[in-house]
Amino acid sequence: MRPLLQVQDLHVAYRSRTGEVCHALAGLSFDLGPGEILGVLGESGSGKSTLAASLLRLLPPNGIITGGRILFEGQDVLHARPREMEKLRGRRISLIFQEPSVALHPAMRVRDQVEEVLRAHEPLDFAARRNRTRQVLATLFSAEADRIANSYPHQLSGGQRQRVLVAQAIACGPSVVLADEPTASLDPTTQQEILTLFRTLRQALGLSMVLITHNPGLLARLADRVLVLYAGRAVEVGPAENVLASPQHPYTRALLQCVPPLDQKSQASRKAMLPVISGESPNLSVLVRGCPFEPRCPEKMEVCKSCDPAAVPLSEAHTVSCFKFPG
Amino acid sequence: MQLLLNVENLVKRYAAGQSFGSREFLAALDGVSLSIQTATTLALVGESGSGKSTLALCVACLERPTSGSMWFDGRDVAALGEKQQRAVRPQIQLVFQDPANSLNSRLTALEIVAEPLIIQRRFDKQTRSKRACALLERVGIPAKKAGSRPDEFSGGQRQRLAIARALVLEPKLLILDEALSALDCSVQAQIANLLLELQASLRLTYLFITHDFAMAAHLADEIAVMDHGRIVELGAAEKLLRSPEHEATRCLLAATPRFHGAANLPEGL
Repeated sequence: MRPLLQVQDLHVAYRSRTGEVCHALAGLSFDLGPGEILGVLGESGSGKSTLAASLLRLLPPNGIITGGRILFEGQDVLHARPREMEKLRGRRISLIFQEPSVALHPAMRVRDQVEEVLRAHEPLDFAARRNRTRQVLATLFSAEADRIANSYPHQLSGGQRQRVLVAQAIACGPSVVLADEPTASLDPTTQQEILTLFRTLRQALGLSMVLITHNPGLLARLADRVLVLYAGRAVEVGPAENVLASPQHPYTRALLQCVPPLDQKSQASRKAMLPVISGESPNLSVLVRGCPFEPRCPEKMEVCKSCDPAAVPLSEAHTVSCFKFPG
Repeated sequence: MQLLLNVENLVKRYAAGQSFGSREFLAALDGVSLSIQTATTLALVGESGSGKSTLALCVACLERPTSGSMWFDGRDVAALGEKQQRAVRPQIQLVFQDPANSLNSRLTALEIVAEPLIIQRRFDKQTRSKRACALLERVGIPAKKAGSRPDEFSGGQRQRLAIARALVLEPKLLILDEALSALDCSVQAQIANLLLELQASLRLTYLFITHDFAMAAHLADEIAVMDHGRIVELGAAEKLLRSPEHEATRCLLAATPRFHGAANLPEGL
């Protein structure tokens, strides 16, 4: 199957006022198939949010895409004219933001906020817009849709507000939805509700999703594939169950060990020190040779210092960028 | 074993609107009873709106409960007057969720940690600095960064700073209100380890408020589950995980993200 979205060797850098350059993404490549949910797992500073912003070309003025290609349905996103970009953004590729209480207008009714998206992207008349809004809200809220449509954001719970953001994102019938930490501010029960909603929408609308998060637990129940991001590079990509249950890259392994398991077998393991990743998170303003995880890696070798590891396929769908695995 | 905190039948009502003389009240805490032994950890889990943070504020003597008693270190604190409460407050300190918002961005790390000592009029300037410095070192902030301001620190370091500030008055009880939730998982593990180590060496008592059941089970001796202003289940961490009795506990457990092997789980989860 032809991928819907292809990212090839993407480089993004930020220039600070002092002239310092920070390499947020350093050669990231991945594909997204139709109807697929790709989980992007990374800690702060790994380039997660930069990825979402560059896919839509919404980087701040000091963020520069220095290399690589993004192809969406065969079209080169990085060389699209502003007009063409407008047709993609929000319409074919949409974004769900992190903080629903910030992303929504506090003094506009939910109905008007969803309609606003349609007004910007679709040539519909008033009645058709109303109708479409009603339909979209009905898929997300079923029986309550009318009451929600009339409400202001402050009258809604966190989970409901997040659903309104989802409504805005799917209003124009996009084929790809990017979600940047969509459940970070919600409690676990509501989190699960939103994840279930994503699954239903994928089935019903055939959506592809890129779900960006720092919480590996969220991906276990939702993602088809997981991409682990470290220092702006994909260190491991593979089927979710493989990457999360038997991670291969030393970083993925160390990261997943930091999370205490819920089913601890004995009293002894409780209150024991958790394994941590030693050393400091990578400094992205200096371009170093070699593997970015090398300074913290428990299994480093001589070669890691001098050469950049290439992605090594372990199986058809599972690749790891590490010299431990012979290519 | 010695009881440090014993809360009995605590009620906190907030006025929730007024219509023609009849006042409506919202019971944020609806008869909460719990106790914590010295140098142990009680985790408080529950959904948002279940009353966890109200309980934290009452325990910290920052809100006055509507009724009920609260014994801290042998005294009924809820019955004390404002002046006497002021003497109790330094012994109960809080660490909040988001260190970016809970630290004064205009002060240096050293000033942030020394500030509680100034407010409490303890020691002279030199001793204050010395104590603050020692504490920064203790929580893992290198001495050369003592003059830096919060925005020059990473999220994990800021939370270390917040912990140092909470410890400078040598409190007996530390209330950790979602203190790990905003951090990356590798940083969560580091801060969790720091908390365990501090508890062991300083005999600290923790009230650990969270909605992360896995972390609660790891850090706490006992877990209390809150729902609609009440504690619906309270017990040893192992027991609660093995055989959750209340519906709210089961719901929270079912919603806890997990990716490790799903062994040893109670039926139906």
